[in-house]
Amino acid sequence: MTNTQKQIPANDPLNVSEQKAAIDRIILENKDRPGAVMLVLNEVQGTIGHVSPHMQAYIARKLNVPLGQVHGVVTFYSFFKTRPRGKHTIKFCLGTACYVAGVSQLIEKAKQTLHIDLGETTPDGMITLEECRCVGACSQAPVVVVNEDLLGKQRPNKFPQVIKKIQTQS
Amino acid sequence: MAFYRSHVLVCVDPECLAKGAYEIVDALQDELVAQGLIDEIQVLETSRIGKCSEGPEMMVYPEGVHYRGMSVDDIPYLVEEHFLKGRVVERFRQEIKPVVDEELGPLRPKEVRIVLRNCGEIDPNNIEDYLAVDGYQALGKVLTEMTPEQVIEEVTNSGLRGRGGAGFPAGRKWALTRGVEGSPKYMVCNADEGDPGAFMNRRVLEGDPHSVIEGMIIGAYAVGASYGYIYCRAEYPLAVETLNIAIAQAREFGFLGKNILGTDFSFDLEVRVGAGAFVCGEETALMASIMGLRGEPRPRPPFPSVKGVWGKPTNNNNVETYANVPQIILKGASWFASMGTERSKGTKTFTVGGNVVKPGLIEVPMGITLREIIFDVAGGIKDGRNFKAVQTGGPMGGCLVEKHLDLPLDYEALTQAGSMMGSGGLVVMDETSCMVDIARFFMDFTQAESCGKCTPCRVGTRRILEILQKICDGQGAPGDIERLEDLCQEVKQNSLCGLGQGAPTPVISTLQHFRHEYEAHIYEKRCPAKVCKPLIRYEIQPSACTGCTVCARNCPVEAISGERRQVHHIDPATCIRCGICVQVCNFNAIETLS
Repeated sequence: MTNTQKQIPANDPLNVSEQKAAIDRIILENKDRPGAVMLVLNEVQGTIGHVSPHMQAYIARKLNVPLGQVHGVVTFYSFFKTRPRGKHTIKFCLGTACYVAGVSQLIEKAKQTLHIDLGETTPDGMITLEECRCVGACSQAPVVVVNEDLLGKQRPNKFPQVIKKIQTQS
Repeated sequence: MAFYRSHVLVCVDPECLAKGAYEIVDALQDELVAQGLIDEIQVLETSRIGKCSEGPEMMVYPEGVHYRGMSVDDIPYLVEEHFLKGRVVERFRQEIKPVVDEELGPLRPKEVRIVLRNCGEIDPNNIEDYLAVDGYQALGKVLTEMTPEQVIEEVTNSGLRGRGGAGFPAGRKWALTRGVEGSPKYMVCNADEGDPGAFMNRRVLEGDPHSVIEGMIIGAYAVGASYGYIYCRAEYPLAVETLNIAIAQAREFGFLGKNILGTDFSFDLEVRVGAGAFVCGEETALMASIMGLRGEPRPRPPFPSVKGVWGKPTNNNNVETYANVPQIILKGASWFASMGTERSKGTKTFTVGGNVVKPGLIEVPMGITLREIIFDVAGGIKDGRNFKAVQTGGPMGGCLVEKHLDLPLDYEALTQAGSMMGSGGLVVMDETSCMVDIARFFMDFTQAESCGKCTPCRVGTRRILEILQKICDGQGAPGDIERLEDLCQEVKQNSLCGLGQGAPTPVISTLQHFRHEYEAHIYEKRCPAKVCKPLIRYEIQPSACTGCTVCARNCPVEAISGERRQVHHIDPATCIRCGICVQVCNFNAIETLS
């Protein structure tokens, strides 16, 4: 084990004392609850923003479950990310109503504006583009989710302004 | 308690305080005493009413008059005019702008609200609001006056069926779980509303969480369960937060926990959050996810009522089913059964989306027709276009067409028409929607969400998607339609769970009703709705083009050429058919051809 720990990169949350403390707290709070793997992973994803392979191994060890189970769960659910995301995330709702209302043109516009593909992060680490499942705000289609905020009735020709606003946010 | 004929609410937020809100309160009190009105009118302090920057602000009830910007010196005049003479002081009056709820507005024609009756009416974060509208009365009645068997009988007699889509009678499910030996038993609420285009459960959880909790407690008493889980999808963070507040309040008031309402019945519950997997809406997958595993379905039997969460007997219903229960107990089975059709009782919530004038969430009695929903409740098709199809039941449902519009809606009618009730999402499409593209869209969804456990679904959905993609790309070949039909049957018959069994339905139903569109794509390399990119081209109409250069400046690949004030031209070889030029042209000069 000492061998693998040596290989943990310096920027991994396990090597950032604040984040490590948060992970330990989450594990401690949940480890005795039934179905702890999902509970812990959900909270770690929410707090840290991703679950790196090293974190998966650490969580498996602390919860005393096989690494395969933790890795299986992480790769099964789309909310769990194994790599860090940008500072801001733009998610495009791929629900039926948004699709009919032309979310694909929005995606096209965003890709052109930022010169990245869906699932990628801008080189400056500011913005990640993602798709997501129906957020249930269908009466406001097409919908994008910027970080936690929902923006409805977006138009492709106005969308670069939305992106610009996100870029200027600290 | 003293009775006041009027209440004055003064905003005491920091900004209003800086503008002298306390002084206004004092002046009001003093003047009311002076006028001898202090026993009739109560002055209360409240938080933000409107724009504090233009404060101070106050509201007068029951009239609902909003005053802003008055000073202490104006108070004697205001009290005299408003409270003594009953005249509104127009000088300080503010126009009240009603909040427009785009999802769930005022009652629409033909709507009957049972599940949604409290949404938007009560404060979901305050249990007392729910108590004020007879909340937890049904629970009291059940615990003190009814045996579990009587509760099950009442729910059975009401004809309530599972609102998650399959329509299994709720009473019968409860009886099954009750009849199984084993302890402890669990209650599960399926709040993993994954169908794109459906958001009724989200609104109920966010707007009236206690009705779901009360329904679950009543169900727990009936089946003999001691613990419950509400499994909510991660895409609904507000619903999770509202539920957690509601559960804590219910516990505090003694509706959850040990010895509920002083009886020897104990029950508690918690929220479990998903992590973005559509298949977790399937009940066996959902239970696996609660147990912290990959959300993969398993073969049934054993059904959850025999072997569910932690291998114990488990009763699983969805949000809307539980939300109906308290009303059935309070108003009686015959009241509920008086609505709907022979086989499907009560009401159903639908979310109407797509190309309609008034999209949003509605609740209508079972037996209503699609025509009534689309044209009377949702205001008809947008922009005066023509109705083409309506997708019901989400990605595993089918497309219904003009001839189905007059079917009385219930579980059986929809199944017979080749679709299903599902969770109740309705997406209305007009002639600008390409049905091959829609089928491809749904297959893209189910293919991505297939959990991969069984081969027919994992491989079959991918092969179907590939053929559909090929057809949309203009690469379709003779024999593709037949191959699709074969594959769809295979996947439908051999898949393990509802996801795989339902995945081919959009393809089957569009093939049935819009075969000519598939044929146009394959044999004529043409997309009749002008949607499929590789099959369309854009042309500038010389008669309409003013040479304003807007299109050329917006084109991302510089495919448009032309001098200012000269007719422009699109080079089809460079054009990537992004459609931006069509959107930016102010003269409708760009035509889409196929």
